[in-house]
This record gives sequence, C-alpha cells and structure tokens, in this order.
Amino acid sequence: MMTTSTDRIERSIVLKAPRSRVWRALSNAEEFGNWFGVALKGATFTAGKRTQGRVTYPGYEHLTFDVLIERVEPERLLSWRWHPAAVDASVDYSKEPSTEVVFELKDVNGGTLVTVAESGFDKLPESRRLDAFRMNSGGWDIQMQNIERHVATP
Amino acid sequence: MSPRPDVSARSGALKKSAVRSAAPIFAALGDETRLRIIAVLCAGGALSITQLTTGTHITRQAVTKHLHVLARAGMVHHVKAGRERLWQFEPAPLTEARRSLDVIGRQWDYALRKLKMAVEE
Repeated sequence: MMTTSTDRIERSIVLKAPRSRVWRALSNAEEFGNWFGVALKGATFTAGKRTQGRVTYPGYEHLTFDVLIERVEPERLLSWRWHPAAVDASVDYSKEPSTEVVFELKDVNGGTLVTVAESGFDKLPESRRLDAFRMNSGGWDIQMQNIERHVATP
Repeated sequence: MSPRPDVSARSGALKKSAVRSAAPIFAALGDETRLRIIAVLCAGGALSITQLTTGTHITRQAVTKHLHVLARAGMVHHVKAGRERLWQFEPAPLTEARRSLDVIGRQWDYALRKLKMAVEE
C-alpha cells in the first residue's frame, strides 16, 4: 500500500555526540525513559518483546507507555509499534491498528543525525485520530513550559 | 517565573474546529481504493469514471461510490464536460489534515530536543 502525506511523520535532529552515546540513550531502556518521560528502571528493549512503563510526564502520570519492540540494530536502528493516544485505561487497544516508530542514526560532521518517523496514521480509527490530535494539541503547552524550565535551570 | 508564552498562537497549533473538520478527511482516506483514486487524480487532472476504471478491476459502481465519499469530505469535486462528469482533486482539505499531523510532529520535535539535552550534557 502506498504511503500518503497524512500517513507518516518524520523529524530529525543533529546531536553533538558520538553515535555510540546516542545509541545508549535510545536503546538502554532506563536511560531512554529518563529523557522520554517514562519510568523504565530495570526494563530492556528487546526485539519481539513488549516493554511497558508508567509515564512520568506531569499531568500524564495515569498513562502507560506500552510498546512492542520490533527491530534493534546496534548503533543504527530502533523501532517499535504502539497505540498513539491510548489514553483510556478501560479500553483494550490491542485489537486496534498501531503506528510504527523508527529511530535511525547516521554519522554526520560533528555528531549524529537522529531521524524519527512515525507511520500508520491512515489506518487508525477515526475516533482514535481525534484523541491523538486533542491530546497532542492540549499537551503541547505543558511540554513547552517543561522545556523552558529545563533550559532555564543554570 | 516568566509569563507563559502563547504557544498555540505562535506555532499555529491545531484548533478544535480544525480537528473536527479533519476527521472526515482521515476517514475518507482510510481505504486503499480511495487512496489510489486520490493519487491518480493528483497526477492526472480532471478524469472521467471511465478513465478512472481503465486498467483496474474496480467497477464503475464502486468508483462512483468512493468518489462520493471523497466528495463528502470535500476532497474531490466534479465538473460537467458535455454529457460526462469529470472528477478533480481538491487540495485544500488535505492541507488541513496535514496540519493535524504537524501537531504530532511537534511532539516528536520536543522528544528529540529532550534527547539532545540528554546526550550533549
């Protein structure tokens, strides 16, 4: 099936750190949880295995980060599938289509290029898309406050 | 603490009304045949149902049904050319849908900046 412009999001950033360092921050579940905002102490990312943890984001602590790790290719690629905006604890999302998140690392001058792509939005049920957009647009203000506080700390 | 910036105004974050109007677009796109029709119309300008079904296994009735779903979402419209109807792609609603994805994209931007702070310490 073809990929439409509404099916996929891609973002990238250059980090001034060697690929091995970035890989550790991504693939070590506990370290990943520290910057992503999930409690993953003692957890691991293993291909074919599920990893779960409590979201530590202020205002979102009732949510669970729940991913099925698909590919772990050291210093190159990490991918998982998840259910975006799975915000209602009483709903079983396991039967619904999931989106795929792929992190890829590449060497660039002076650091590492990280690209993250999330795809599969076109297959989500309409109601779920609405949840995803509501949650994301509502959460953005809080996130911006967090990051401003973080960078303002000497 | 500094006053909270009006992020929604600055970044053009998705408004509730835009979310509501984008929903039928995603529903309309949630079908392989309709995605193909949109792709063909994007590339081919104004086409008749005969042209749209040529070389496919899709019946005229099925294409007509799909075109009406897309038309209700405002993604295609038809013009009369003699006795025929020609169908055209309407790009504006898809732009709205893209804006919805931009909101999720910004969340990833945020996550990547957190990663940057973590590894550049």
